[in-house]
This record gives sequence, structure tokens and C-alpha cells, in this order.
Amino acid sequence: MKILVAIKQVPDTATQVKIGADGKTIDTTGITWIVSPYDEFAVEEALRIKEKRGQGEVVAVTLGPDRAKEALRSCLAMGCDRAIHVNDPALAAADTLATARALAAVITQEAPQLVLCGRQAIDDDMGAVTAQLAELLGWPCAYWIMEEAVDAEGKSVRVARQVEGGLEVFDLPLPAVLAAQKGLNEPRYPTLKGIMGAKKKEIKDLKAGDLGLAAEPSQLTITALEALPPRPPGRIIQGDVATAVKELVRSLREDAKAI
Amino acid sequence: MAGAFWCLVEDDRQGLPKKVMSEVIGEASRLSNGQAEAVWITDKASEEGLKQLGEWGATKVWLLENAAFAPYRGEVWVPAVAELVAKESPRAIFGPVTSRQREFIPRLAAKLGVGLAADSVAFAMEGDKLVATRPVYAGKLLSKVAWAKTPWIATLRPNVFRPADAQAGRSAQIERPSVTIPPATMKFAERREEVSTGLPELTEAETVISGGRGMKGPENYVILEEMGRVIGAAVGASRAAVDAGWRPHRFQIGQTGRTISPKLYLGFGVSGAIQHLAGMRTSKVIVAVNKDPEAPIFKIADYGIVADLFEVVPALTSEFKKLMEK
Repeated sequence: MKILVAIKQVPDTATQVKIGADGKTIDTTGITWIVSPYDEFAVEEALRIKEKRGQGEVVAVTLGPDRAKEALRSCLAMGCDRAIHVNDPALAAADTLATARALAAVITQEAPQLVLCGRQAIDDDMGAVTAQLAELLGWPCAYWIMEEAVDAEGKSVRVARQVEGGLEVFDLPLPAVLAAQKGLNEPRYPTLKGIMGAKKKEIKDLKAGDLGLAAEPSQLTITALEALPPRPPGRIIQGDVATAVKELVRSLREDAKAI
Repeated sequence: MAGAFWCLVEDDRQGLPKKVMSEVIGEASRLSNGQAEAVWITDKASEEGLKQLGEWGATKVWLLENAAFAPYRGEVWVPAVAELVAKESPRAIFGPVTSRQREFIPRLAAKLGVGLAADSVAFAMEGDKLVATRPVYAGKLLSKVAWAKTPWIATLRPNVFRPADAQAGRSAQIERPSVTIPPATMKFAERREEVSTGLPELTEAETVISGGRGMKGPENYVILEEMGRVIGAAVGASRAAVDAGWRPHRFQIGQTGRTISPKLYLGFGVSGAIQHLAGMRTSKVIVAVNKDPEAPIFKIADYGIVADLFEVVPALTSEFKKLMEK
């Protein structure tokens, strides 16, 4: 069974981000890049499916500039068999729909039985590409999955998706698209052997033209990035616990009108 | 430029719209000068629910009521709603951020070939164009986005937008359009209910109490739940507490958990790591209690107490009780 995992390279959560000179993108100087955490759940799940079945192939795919290759190497080090890097300046400002179109073209070429993604990338937090892939491919889709089990014949997958108040369990015929939620699994750390082995694995480069993608205007454009408005300065309430607690409740009631 | 602002109804599965819909309809009405319309896709609407949508200011309710619409399946909803969009040409389509809207709305946007602004926290009309503001990079920056064409599709973060005032006597015209309902390939097997804490849902609660690593263990969350019952608050946890196995993941607040924006956030033993702040930074009033005066959460807190939470929590619960009894 062939499984494709779509991943994204994002700034590490702890990295400080500064607005770039154009006012629309971030200044990437000095940023530490990581594989988006939800995508690691997707990679881990794909590897587990392959291991459980004792055969198959896991292909990691990303769309991004040269630096995104590092993220693909991390996935290869975890155990993915090969990778595909859609790297084209024409797609540098791709919105979610353009990204989904490019990835859908890769999926059509690769024809996997299952596509796994993270529930959202932690840079723009849009969480849209997985659903848009499903729509473009015409495949069934489940979001925020907490459990997954592919049947023995590789014809369908049972998933539990997280919804308000519980889990909903569905059987999806394959091929299908799934978005991984935290709690699905605990991603492995690459072993030294995995890291060394990753250097020899194939990363195929693709341009927009290789995928037959026509240039099209972005449907959503970032017009500006802005710093957060400053919060009014806070106040540390002094005194012993009994006094401080009384003063806190009075402040919440009378000043902040929050309770 | 004419055209209605559609509001996709999120309901309680018992035939009533959730209260977050008053925020979505309120914002849509404000931006469109009163041209907000509700679109309710459900297996079960109620007269009371339809009345509620009208009182909040929806001028029309497009009711797509069919057993095939529950539980939510994108492959069934998207073609049905897209057919209605093609007939009615709304100017915008809004929905609240919920688990199913997180999937449905981007999928609808792909079907229609238009842009999507997810998890928006502000909107403005600039000339005859809509601009949305949304937090990015763990809430460290705000991104302003604009659409190339209509319908402008967006999801709205709960508890951020001013709710519409319900006006008795205001009512919506009910339309029951006929749409093609495609067969589903996904087969529903079962729903597993969470064990209810009896407290409000994290993302909907007006007050949220959160416990971090300072809680020391899973057994201590009962003191937060007791406070929650007194003031009607949801109880969540930081990633550190969830990763330690003290609370299930559904209670996690932060970048890899739930994003909340309550009127009042009370953090106990929460250090305030960036990844936690990403999920609660837009809370209106932030209270932090931590033994460590250097805890980063004090930097964004409106009120802080530097003390042992195990002394503060019982005292605070007892003060809240007195207040509620007044």
C-alpha cells in the first residue's frame, strides 16, 4: 500500500518572528525551522500502517523553497521511503487553494491509496489544505482523527474523528484523505541509522510545469502583517493570600467587570 | 454592491443553534447593513431554533433539512451547499470555528474556487472589499487578508465578536430550497460520547480555568472543577499537564490544542510558554497565579498573584461562592 504524507516546514514555536521589509512576510533571518508538529503525527501514522502491514511505501511531499528540503530529510530520517519537493518560485506566494492544487497534482501522479496530513500547519494556522485536497481529488475525508485502522485488504479505513463532545467513527473507502490530530500517536525520534540512511534516499524535485499547473492569481492575499496591539500593563496583587484573593475578586467584579 | 452575508449554522444536534451564532450573525449584519442570512444544514431543525435565528437578526433562513446531513460528511454537504451558492450568489459565507466547519468551509471554498480566511478575529470593509484579520505564527503576529473575488469565505473565532442582541418579534423568512443530495461513501459507525464534566465546553465558555504543571498531578484538578462549578467555567490544561498524562488531550489549551478567547481566563500553575499563549492570548481578562514571579504568563496577565496555587484556589473558590450567593 502506498501512503503519501503532505508536510510543511514552519518556524519553531519558540522562534521570535519579525515582520520583513515588505510588511507582508516574515524576516526569515535566524529562524529555526521544523516540520509542523501535526505533520509529524501524520508521518508517524503512515509509518505505523506500513510496519503493521509489513509492506508498502511512504512518500513525503512538501511545497516550499530550498530550505524545505531539510524538513523532507527529517521525514526520511523518521523512516519515509522517498520524498518529493515541489520547489518553484512561481508557487512562492501560493495560498491554500494553490497549494492544494499543486499537491493534488502530485497525488494524481503518484496514485497513493491513502493521504495523511497534519490538521493544520502552525505558521498560518489555516488548516485548509487537507480538506481542499479531498475536494480537488473527489476523495472522502476525515478531520482531526484520533484513531485509524486500515482494513486487511487495504480497501477501507476506520477512523475516529474528534468533534465537540466526543468521537465520531466512520468507515471510509480508500483512497481517502485524513487530517491527524494530536493524540493519534506519539511520533518517533529519528535514530542515528535513520539520519544516516536519509542522506541516500531520493528527493525528487518538481516544478509547476512538471505538474501541469497553470499560473493563476491567488484567491487570498496577505495585505499586511502587524504586531499585536500591546496589552495594558498588568498588576501583581500584593499581600497575604486572603487579602490578595479578596482584592482580585473585587477587581474582577468592579474594575474589569469580568465576573 | 448587493448580496447577502451567509452564516452557516452550528447547532447542538437537538435542533437549536449554538449561541456562537449570535456572534456570527451579529458581525455579518454589521458588515452588510442588515443583510445577514442563515444557512442551516441539519437533520433536525426546530421552530424555536428558527425563531432564535430571526431574533438574532437573520433576515432569511435557508433550511436544508434532511436525515442525510447528519452526522456531518463533507462529500454530502459541499455539493448541496455549492448548488445553493450558485443559485443565490451570496457576497460572503461565514461560519464559527468548530471541528466540522474547520473541514467543511475550506472544502466549500475549493469547490467554489475562492479564498478562505480561517479563524478570523476582526473584519473591516475597505471600500467595497472585505479585509479579515487573523492571528498567525502562534498568535505572535496578525495577518490582514483580502479576497480576489466573492463569495468571501471565513470562519470566526468564538467569543471574539460582539453578539447580536436578540430582539423579540424580529423574524426570518424561512426558505426550504430543494438541492441534490449526493450519496455518501463514508459510512457512519458510531458516536462515542465523552464523559461529561458537567462544565461548559472549552471553546464556548465565557470563563476558562486552566491548570498547568504547577497542579502537580491529575488528582488535583478537582479543586479547579469545583471552582468551575461555582462560576460556570470550563476547565482546561496546559500542554505540560496533558503531556504528563494528567488530562486528556481534548482539554489542552494552546497551539496543539484548543484556541480559546473567553471573557475571563484564570491560569493556575501555568508558566505561559509561547505554545500555551498561542491558544489563549485573545482572552479579554487574564489572571495568573504562580509561585514563580518570573513566569512568562505574568507578562500578559491583567492580574497576577505570586503565591502557591493550593492556597489561592480554595480561598478564591470560597470568595466566588460568596459573590454568587449575593
